[in-house]
Amino acid sequence: MTTIETQAGANTVPSGKRFFSLAGRYGTFAAFLALILFNVVFTPNSLSLQTLNVNLTQVATIVIVAIGMTLVIATGGIDLSVGSLMAIAGALAPMIFMGTLFPIANMPVAVALALVMPVAVTGLLGLFNGFLVTRFAIQPIIATLVLFIAGRGIAQVMTNGNLQVFRNEGFQFIAMGRVAGIPAQVILMAVIAAIAWAAIRYTVFGRQIIAVGGNEKAARLTGIPVHRVKLFVYMISGALAGVAGLIVVARNSASDANLVGLGMELDAIAAVAVGGTLLTGGRANIIGTVIGALVIQLVRYTLLANGVPDAAALIVKAALIVLAVFIQQRAGKS
Amino acid sequence: MNALLKALALRSPGDMARLGVILALLGLILFGALRYDNFLSQYNILSFLRYNSMFALIALGMAFVIMTGGIDLSVGGAAAMASVIAALLSPHHWAAGLFGGIAAGLAVGALNGFIVTAMRIQPFIATLATMLAAYGTALLLAGNQSVSVSYDSGFTEIGQGDFLGFPIPAWIGLLAYIAGWLVLERLPIGRHMLAIGGGEATAALMGLKVRRTLIAVYLGSGALAGLAGVILASQFGAGQPTEGVGWELFAIASVVVGGTLLTGGSGSVGATLAGALLLAMVFNILNFENGLGWISLSAYWQSVIRGGFLLIVVVLQARLMSRREEKA
Repeated sequence: MTTIETQAGANTVPSGKRFFSLAGRYGTFAAFLALILFNVVFTPNSLSLQTLNVNLTQVATIVIVAIGMTLVIATGGIDLSVGSLMAIAGALAPMIFMGTLFPIANMPVAVALALVMPVAVTGLLGLFNGFLVTRFAIQPIIATLVLFIAGRGIAQVMTNGNLQVFRNEGFQFIAMGRVAGIPAQVILMAVIAAIAWAAIRYTVFGRQIIAVGGNEKAARLTGIPVHRVKLFVYMISGALAGVAGLIVVARNSASDANLVGLGMELDAIAAVAVGGTLLTGGRANIIGTVIGALVIQLVRYTLLANGVPDAAALIVKAALIVLAVFIQQRAGKS
Repeated sequence: MNALLKALALRSPGDMARLGVILALLGLILFGALRYDNFLSQYNILSFLRYNSMFALIALGMAFVIMTGGIDLSVGGAAAMASVIAALLSPHHWAAGLFGGIAAGLAVGALNGFIVTAMRIQPFIATLATMLAAYGTALLLAGNQSVSVSYDSGFTEIGQGDFLGFPIPAWIGLLAYIAGWLVLERLPIGRHMLAIGGGEATAALMGLKVRRTLIAVYLGSGALAGLAGVILASQFGAGQPTEGVGWELFAIASVVVGGTLLTGGSGSVGATLAGALLLAMVFNILNFENGLGWISLSAYWQSVIRGGFLLIVVVLQARLMSRREEKA
């Protein structure tokens, strides 16, 4: 796994603490493999291509949002507004290609606008979050709480709270389409994850994000534009939430401002935490986040496929989050 | 200006923020009283207190957790679970419902305290997990639907009844806030909580029982959330396994509006009450606007305005703080 931080003394730990060190680094991945193995043995039809597609498409939106969340958390912040921003993007897109916002004669142009404009809007709203965090030094949890509360209301006001039902193959390609048999949303997820991983690992900006979260004062003293870095990560988080919102409404052929993205902030934070990025900042483990989201999804699938009710799956999910974070912290200490 | 501040014994930026919220609350009440004939009517005041006391209870528990530098995201889930358990126990005796609900909240609080102190997991993640578990338990116990309470055992009196002309939930809230004030201002544990919030390592070196204090704080928050769940079930005549979503954020907002910083180490019981009442009052006034048809505000606009209101308050607070810091 790619964790950017100093691993000083990791090879000289006493054998007793070895377990936690290993489990911390590979535990989530091991859990991932164990879950797959369990399903292969016990869950009927789990090896089919359809099962794979169902799981990947269900996890795609969480992964996309969680990647933005990983970057925000890496700077020591948090973004509670992602679910509400998804609702705004999801409400906006159908209004554009259905012409309720303004008339557009050319359908391809309308679809292109419906894909770009909502993401731009949520990116700007993310920028607003960043503005509150940097300009007014408001704690991120409170700064993003503002749009968490107001954002869904904005989406509801835009649509008057009504369900927007639509059929538009061009727009819905983002969720329903397939390239070489692979669902488009899965490809989108993989591309976004790859870009984020490369950005963290190979770009100056990626390093700056880690530095800001590691020690903000030190980062400022070494000349890193702390405010600009933070503005950027909140903007990215907002824009990615917008993308996820588009996928959700395209998948459902309908947009319900009351439901799109509900509770997404918690799913995304859980994926980040299970994936090994500590909430204190200074680390960004993109691959960990992807695997964390996959593990949470697989646990849910495994329980549901074996007849365990969804409510019980919530309890298992809770235990899993605690266990994963506990092991990683023990690993971090040793 | 400075002389005035001195006269009012305002020493810290926190004091200023707390004074600000109380003034804002008074201003809002004045606005309502001048604009609407029925705003200060007995009916409006009593139903305002009856309905909002459960949110005030949760905000009180949250204030204590935040003072120690933690956070409790599980309060909404704990309240939902408590409402279901209270509803299930209500046919036996009203007290069974009441104490069953509080016990449910205590159980969530105990789990929070254990995960935070023994497993040393950040409160944000610990209480996020217990929130999921509490909702899961509530849904399992309730069979995915709301559970009707018994109307024969007197359980509904807890949320709907009056005592000496005041709603019982308002009495419960009042007693809780008086107890909370005593704990913070008059008992050693109050000082200890603030010390832990100010710096946990230092507090431990000073010989304070950090773990025990933190566990007590999460137990308190859980118990108050449980009590809120009991009132919820009693008021609406049903245990609601899906209710409570977003309550934690409302409580956090109340605490912050009350001038308590999320970093811990400071806080006030009275200002937390003012913060909770202020946010609730915005809602009350919006309902008046609605009812009188001055402007037709849909429920959707209300959350936009609430968010905008929170924005104004936190931006003003931030400016206040930074200005005082520059001077200091």
